[in-house]
Amino acid sequence: MGFLDTLLGRTKPAQPNLDQLFELPTAAITLEAGMNLVPTGTGSVCFRAAEGKAFSDIESDVRELLGMGSGTASVEVTKDSYGFTWLTCQHSKDDFEALVTDLHAVNSSLADGGFGPQLLCTLVSFKDDKGSKLGIVYLYKRGTFYPFAPTTGQQRDNALELQVRGQVGADLKIEPDLTRWFAVWGAPGL
Amino acid sequence: MAKTRYAPDRGLTARMTLTMFVLGLVFVAFVTVLVLVLSATHAVGSGGIVFFAVLLALILGVGSLFYSDKIALSAAQAQVVTPQDGPQAARLHGIVDRLCALANMPKPRLAIAPSPMLNAFATGRNSKTAVLVATTGLLNNPDLTDQELEAILAHELSHVAHKDVVVMTVASFLGIIAGLLVRFAFYGELFGGGGGRGNNNNNGGALPVIFIVMIVGIVTYAVSFLLIRLLSRYRELAADRSGALLTGQPSALASALQKVSGSMSRIPTKDLRSAEPLNAFYFVPAFKAGGKEVQLSNIFSTHPTLERRLRQLSEISEQLNKQV
Repeated sequence: MGFLDTLLGRTKPAQPNLDQLFELPTAAITLEAGMNLVPTGTGSVCFRAAEGKAFSDIESDVRELLGMGSGTASVEVTKDSYGFTWLTCQHSKDDFEALVTDLHAVNSSLADGGFGPQLLCTLVSFKDDKGSKLGIVYLYKRGTFYPFAPTTGQQRDNALELQVRGQVGADLKIEPDLTRWFAVWGAPGL
Repeated sequence: MAKTRYAPDRGLTARMTLTMFVLGLVFVAFVTVLVLVLSATHAVGSGGIVFFAVLLALILGVGSLFYSDKIALSAAQAQVVTPQDGPQAARLHGIVDRLCALANMPKPRLAIAPSPMLNAFATGRNSKTAVLVATTGLLNNPDLTDQELEAILAHELSHVAHKDVVVMTVASFLGIIAGLLVRFAFYGELFGGGGGRGNNNNNGGALPVIFIVMIVGIVTYAVSFLLIRLLSRYRELAADRSGALLTGQPSALASALQKVSGSMSRIPTKDLRSAEPLNAFYFVPAFKAGGKEVQLSNIFSTHPTLERRLRQLSEISEQLNKQV
């Protein structure tokens, strides 16, 4: 935001960066090879629904689009306690690229409808054979990723998160500012 | 280029620019008149008064800029909280986390003030010192939905993004100088320190100079006071606008405004008066200088009228529904 925008109090809504999402499949391979973390086939897009018919029309279009797409996918819509909407897609475990394509379809539909600023984050989940869960969260406005590993209750496995950062640092643009690695407790699909 | 539903309010921007320009103009006029008066009368003694007024105003301005967060926090008896400090703090952090990620802005520190009032304010001169304070009354209120609380916090985050503390402090600078000058000149005249140590001819001329300086100061103070209040109202509208666009829910902010302003009038007076110094940064002012029926009181107000704010929000709601 420029100096003039601050001085005149006219902050513009931040536009999302949609391109980085396609780096995820490469990172998934690295995670499996290096840390035995495999995709669960679940991914979700989180956005803040705007009021009015224009937004709800686009939202129902997106649901229809995903439902019609690949036969294996199932789509679920949940609203979390903060009022954000999560569109969760379930694919088969091996078809990670199809999942990413679906997630991209959601966010590009919203952005094409002029609601790009409403996008918060997208999350794809991984797990290993010892029961550790990991979410890779993509921040649309920053164009960066960060790992989120919830354990029991509202605790995060910071060691695992930092290990993942080291592992996929070459594949993904990891958010450098740790204060922006915000927790998404109870995110659908994790 | 990404499609956007954002439409800038050029009218508001123009009015705000004009206000700041006129404020600057008043400053220049004030300095020019002072220099003319002082040099025409060779009143060197009065020049000292002006110098001290400017120096003191600078110290006050810079001091309040650098300590705004600490002063406001202690005045409101607010405590900075982490997400681990109980369910209220966790909820506050959760909401602000998401809003900051949506807006792509650094997260300010969060604090909770023990007060039954439904209110929130933001302070701090930059993103590092910024603190967003919410009252326990606001967080505990069962009437206020999560969406309405979020809307209020989004409004306060917009104040942080617009650096309103810095803008308003700089804008107030002129008023502080003029006010101090009047006071100095008044005491100078009272105690006869105005310019007496010269020869006898000069002694007679010093009193009118002080008098002129006082008049100029009073006029400048009055004009800049009105302009600063006007600027404050425009910045509130700008924060409403950005906050509503951030959540995409202008109607939630509108209903929050109605609920909060309704409850402010029911609060006991003692709390209201102790909250007065913080008014400029509050979500809704806790103290009204004049009665509602007096239209003139609006020009002294730090916040726009409820009707004005609601009108803007319904315009934004329409805008969100338009085809792009």
